Amino acid sequence: MEKENSFLVGIYDDEDVLLDAVAKVRKSGVKIHECYTPFPVHGLDDAMGYNYSNLPIVGFLFGVTGTICALTMMIGMMGFDWPMDIGGRPYIPLPDFIPITFELTVLLCAFGMTISFFIVSNLNPWSTPRMFDPRSVDHKFVMAIDLGVNKQDVASITTLLKSSGASEVNKKSFE
Amino acid sequence: MNRDEKFIFSSSAKKKLFITLGIGVLLFAIGVFMLATGSAHHDEGHGHEAVVREGFHAVVEHAVTGDSSTEYNAQTEHLEGVHASEKLEEITVDTAAAEQASVEDTLAAHEAVAQATTVDTTESDLELAHDNAHVKPEAIGQSVEDDHSKGHGEEAHASSEHHAEAAHGGGHHEAHWTLRIIKDLWLNNVFFAGIALIGVFFIAFNYIAWAGWSAGIKRIPEAFGAYLPVAAILTIVLLVFFHHDLFHWTHADLYDKASVDYDSILDGKKGYLNFPFFIIRAVVYFAIWISLWKVLRNFSIQQDLTGDLKYHFKSVVWSAVFVVTFGITESMAAWDWLMSTDPHFFSTMYGWYVFASWFVSGLAMITLFVVVLKENGYLSFINENHLHDLGKFVFAFTVFWTYVWFEQFLLIYYANIPEEVGYFVQRLKSDAYTPIFFLSLVINFGFPFLGLMTRAAKRQGAILKVVCVGVIMGHWLDFYMMITPPILGQSGGLDVKFLFVEVGMTMIFASVFLFTILTALSKVGLVAKNHPMLEESEHHSVF
Repeated sequence: MEKENSFLVGIYDDEDVLLDAVAKVRKSGVKIHECYTPFPVHGLDDAMGYNYSNLPIVGFLFGVTGTICALTMMIGMMGFDWPMDIGGRPYIPLPDFIPITFELTVLLCAFGMTISFFIVSNLNPWSTPRMFDPRSVDHKFVMAIDLGVNKQDVASITTLLKSSGASEVNKKSFE
Repeated sequence: MNRDEKFIFSSSAKKKLFITLGIGVLLFAIGVFMLATGSAHHDEGHGHEAVVREGFHAVVEHAVTGDSSTEYNAQTEHLEGVHASEKLEEITVDTAAAEQASVEDTLAAHEAVAQATTVDTTESDLELAHDNAHVKPEAIGQSVEDDHSKGHGEEAHASSEHHAEAAHGGGHHEAHWTLRIIKDLWLNNVFFAGIALIGVFFIAFNYIAWAGWSAGIKRIPEAFGAYLPVAAILTIVLLVFFHHDLFHWTHADLYDKASVDYDSILDGKKGYLNFPFFIIRAVVYFAIWISLWKVLRNFSIQQDLTGDLKYHFKSVVWSAVFVVTFGITESMAAWDWLMSTDPHFFSTMYGWYVFASWFVSGLAMITLFVVVLKENGYLSFINENHLHDLGKFVFAFTVFWTYVWFEQFLLIYYANIPEEVGYFVQRLKSDAYTPIFFLSLVINFGFPFLGLMTRAAKRQGAILKVVCVGVIMGHWLDFYMMITPPILGQSGGLDVKFLFVEVGMTMIFASVFLFTILTALSKVGLVAKNHPMLEESEHHSVF
């Protein structure tokens, strides 16, 4: 078994080859850490077997928080703390509160989702991004396999990657 | 993917449509029968009957107490209106008791009233004649009163309440129930014309956006345009024959300074709201829509035949032309056909609001067509990814409709300007319309919002089908709420006859609409086989 933070990086020239390779590698029982591509590849999510994201649930919870905050704030201020007669309307006119409620809901929802996404994806300001191969932002398709997770030996995984169409297979370690 | 797939408008499908049409005609005929015979005695008649009875009751009281005729008039006028139905029971009993107890007294009272109100009667006759000349919905309550006092004035010696109802039922009421049918014709015409128009709009904005996913289904919205000529004929016919019933502002005496009905506000709007210009505008809208639809349809067919890409580029250009003219003509059509039913009211949101309602119903109709065609074995390449996108469209524009609807409501509520607020007072402070008002909000917002919220729901044909049917019915109700109160006053709403008159009429329109579109769909290939983005549509996937 290799040490932690050690990866095998397969480089592919074409997204179709990558898609086939992903299917083949997963079928042989090797767990893929992640794929890095210069552009979004249709069907890659399905091929990698990702479940649908839980982000909408996070968004919903943040949104509900926003709604409750806004309504509590306005009903508290306008209804109880300092009631004002505005054009003879009730002290708590719900239609008037809708725009602010909507804004606060959307604000908290959007910020909450974005920040959650950054934290979950390890994109927070104090994290160091891992670059498996600089060419993956230009013209190569990269498949990274975590050697800490997979129990197979390096040689057999290398052969598997080569046979699935990888043009080269490199070893990469991070601090 | 079978590029040469053709939709076959089978005889069984035609049969189903004819059955729908037949049921519609039957329901409608029953509804008309109910309207024509039962209006003075049953359900809907309650309000008016109550007014008559109440007037009668007042006469009885008058006879007992010996009030002056001025007070009698004031009293009946005071009692008229919405509260009448609430007091129906009590008054019926009262009247019956009064009748039995003192028939002679009552008859004497009639005599007295007849003599005392001679002058009033002449006046109210004049008013009555005037009201018949142009039936203002808001005047219905008043003119029932007039009918009533006329009845008493002329035939006071006749037996008690029979002649009151006879006078009440005469002339005026017939105009009333036919008005409801004219209103339904107009409502369905505008609703289905809008859906047909949205079909053309859908292909136009897909061309402009170079959208690939929709290339496989583009023949369906394209076929929607085939209903536009039918709608054009209906619109012109209805406008020419029934403009006095549908549009209060078309009456000439409103613009006559010598007339009692002179309306300076409408006179100020005369430059835009005058009948010749109104008809010209309607003709121009349809001319633009139909001709641009023909252009786009023709390019599409030519591309099928020749495979020449130039038709695609031409379509993009003409789509841009269509979208720009559509933006203007759609707004103006909304003002003309819907907003001007209540000519004193205006809202700068109205064009948007109507667009949103049409657009959601149009998108729901397209989705429904795709799902049903797929269920019947057509469009095998359409998978849940395409349905997902259609579902997103319906979901997104449901929220858009709510946004526009609420924006209009909030601005009017907040500004509180009488001529604007009247629109919502008419709908929110009304026994007839308040339930529909909130019902339409629930069906048009709550139901599709919750129904299509999750990803899985948008990817399932069965759920989409249910939600889309709901959305189409909900937006029909939305149009009902736009048109009915100004034309029918407070005598609309969901009653038993609604199930026959309105539902029957809508079924007739829907079957004609579907028949026209399915015929157009069967004439050319179901797939635009040389569309350059067909390949993209086939492999479309969304995660």
